[in-house]
Amino acid sequence: MLSIKDLKVNIEDKAILRGLNLDIKPGEIHAIMGPNGSGKSTLANVLAGREEYEVTDGSVTFEGEDLLDMDVDERAQKGVFLAFQYPVEIPGVSTATFLKSAVNAVREARGEEELKSIDMLKLLREKTAMVGMDQKFLQRSLNEGFSGGEKKRNEMLQMALLEPKLAVLDETDSGLDIDALKIVADVVNQMRDANRSFLIVTHYQRLLNYIVPDHVHVLVNGRIVKSGDKSLALKLEDQGYDWVKGEAALAE
Amino acid sequence: MSDSMQTLEAHTRSDYKYGFTSNIDSETLPKGLNEDVVRQISAKKGEPEFLLEWRLKAFRQWQSMVEPKWPNVDYPPIDYQDIIYYAAPKKKPVLNSLDEADPELIRTFEKLGIPLDEQKILAGVAVDAVIDSVSVKTTYKEKLAELGIIFSSFSEAVKDHPELIKKYLGSVVPPTDNFFAALNSAVFSDGSFVYIPKGVRCPMELSTYFRINERNTGQFERTLIVAEEGSHVSYLEGCTAPMRDENQLHAAVVELVAMDDATIKYSTVQNWYPGDKDGKGGIYNFVTKRGVCAGDRSKITWTQVETGSAITWKYPSCILKGNNSVGEFYSVAVTNNMQQADTGTKMIHLGKNTRSTIISKGISAGKSHNSYRGLVKVGKKAENAHNFSQCDSLLMGDRCGAHTFPYLEVENNTAKVEHEATTSKIGEDQLFYLQQRGISEEDAINMIVNGYCKEVFNELPMEFAVEAQKLLAISLEGSVG
Repeated sequence: MLSIKDLKVNIEDKAILRGLNLDIKPGEIHAIMGPNGSGKSTLANVLAGREEYEVTDGSVTFEGEDLLDMDVDERAQKGVFLAFQYPVEIPGVSTATFLKSAVNAVREARGEEELKSIDMLKLLREKTAMVGMDQKFLQRSLNEGFSGGEKKRNEMLQMALLEPKLAVLDETDSGLDIDALKIVADVVNQMRDANRSFLIVTHYQRLLNYIVPDHVHVLVNGRIVKSGDKSLALKLEDQGYDWVKGEAALAE
Repeated sequence: MSDSMQTLEAHTRSDYKYGFTSNIDSETLPKGLNEDVVRQISAKKGEPEFLLEWRLKAFRQWQSMVEPKWPNVDYPPIDYQDIIYYAAPKKKPVLNSLDEADPELIRTFEKLGIPLDEQKILAGVAVDAVIDSVSVKTTYKEKLAELGIIFSSFSEAVKDHPELIKKYLGSVVPPTDNFFAALNSAVFSDGSFVYIPKGVRCPMELSTYFRINERNTGQFERTLIVAEEGSHVSYLEGCTAPMRDENQLHAAVVELVAMDDATIKYSTVQNWYPGDKDGKGGIYNFVTKRGVCAGDRSKITWTQVETGSAITWKYPSCILKGNNSVGEFYSVAVTNNMQQADTGTKMIHLGKNTRSTIISKGISAGKSHNSYRGLVKVGKKAENAHNFSQCDSLLMGDRCGAHTFPYLEVENNTAKVEHEATTSKIGEDQLFYLQQRGISEEDAINMIVNGYCKEVFNELPMEFAVEAQKLLAISLEGSVG
């Protein structure tokens, strides 16, 4: 589904990703872990198409197409979803209006008809219940005055509504209490199926107590230096990142 | 400059695609202004003596005045002797059907959601459409007349109700008020007059909609609205459809008078020709608008959505004379390309317990300049006056400018005055967020801008608000295609 080959990315001429390789197959959950500044969030943002990031080399193919060649909205329409680490506030735009526009934009791109108001209402009701969000949030301005947890829950709501093929979660767990964390995990687990893939970017292992990944990768200095299964995450929690950093330094 | 800024600019950099031009015909006075021209205008309109005297007084005063230079706008000197001050209503080229109209114009109409009949009138299509409009108009007029409401052209009102004109004309904006008001008072061509009798609630929005075919009121328009005790009226001025005019200078005067417990709501959507990308040929909109809350508990609300004109220079104001009277000003001013706007309001608190609210939203794109200028004045006797002002500026791209000039004069220490101001750039983070959810860049910009203007749009009558939102999208997109 997603194939990243030798990806090199700069921010303001500083190399952040320095030759990253990753393959994600349909239905797989991959976790990317790594110390601060290793390039985890950069990877998430490059996949979504954020433009301060300059791709200097390498390729990213999504379902056989060149992902890097697509506009931001086109990537979203094709099924790439980014759950933001810091969702922005947009004053005056009601959450409901935004959600309806997003759902219909994605539907239109897929050649489906706009949802009728009544069906949209039903869908919103169903999905807000799924993420445990109070309906009253729909009438409020998008993310404005939402707490950290409410914003993340809103990200999960959007993921549930847009049903992406590949969902990238950028440190969605940061700043969440255990209950909120469980809700995030619960939504991912409910949506997990044979065709949908997830890329979970996280600093800590604790989210992986609730979402069991198929693969765990450790990112250090812009490269994946180690890959393994869930046990790798546990080892990282136990021993920190220093031992992988050491191995990586030896390899260079 | 980042890519998205460039795209943003590309979005906002195109030409104003449409307007109409017309042939100049006879019945026109020669260029230039002198006492004789003023006399001829009055004579051609068959005006009573008092009005001629009033015009002459204004003209003599105007001659001794100097054009003000204080606004934050820039334009070449105006040659007042190079302007035609009286021309008979101009004919637009008559078309047989909408198929003959400029397809770009029709696309704009469709985007704005203007009804078909109205489209025909705006595009200059003859026959049945106009007949429709006349019949609609007649029905409205009959209904209004039953309630004693007067809604007519200014010229008609001078003929039919000279006593009301004599009493109220210039009572809010004296002929000598300022350079452009004096000029208007001397040479005004026509305009609208509204009178709402005591206790009457006007049952419909009075709008230019059914004045469409008598819109050629020229560049010096005069509007006077009088709301008697306990009455209520909502007046809509302007049109979201693009308007072109060969007269570059527009110096209108609008006067509102609200008696005890009366309410006047005055909404404007202005979309005059802004000039080309280099700013050539656009309209100068130098307007004096002022209302007086003459009676206790009276209320005047100005709501404006300004997207057109090369230069917009106006301050719809309220004089809060009556005790417990209320003044409100809600404004969205959009400038793009080379447009300039210096607009805001004046709230003059004279009565006790008077309240005023100012919500101003400026949006600048291209290389334009957008200034908010506002005065809040609290007089000595205005016990417990309260003002709240909020002035926000939104910048699109990095070559435009936003400026805020708030003035405050408080002579009574019981006054409570609050002012908030923000300037923000349209957030690349916000755009990225919306686009990451599959929303196109254009729709994302519209969504953010409409969210930003929501407080003002909420004040507009419903259909007008919907049109204004679409207009904003078109103005910022810059192209109608």
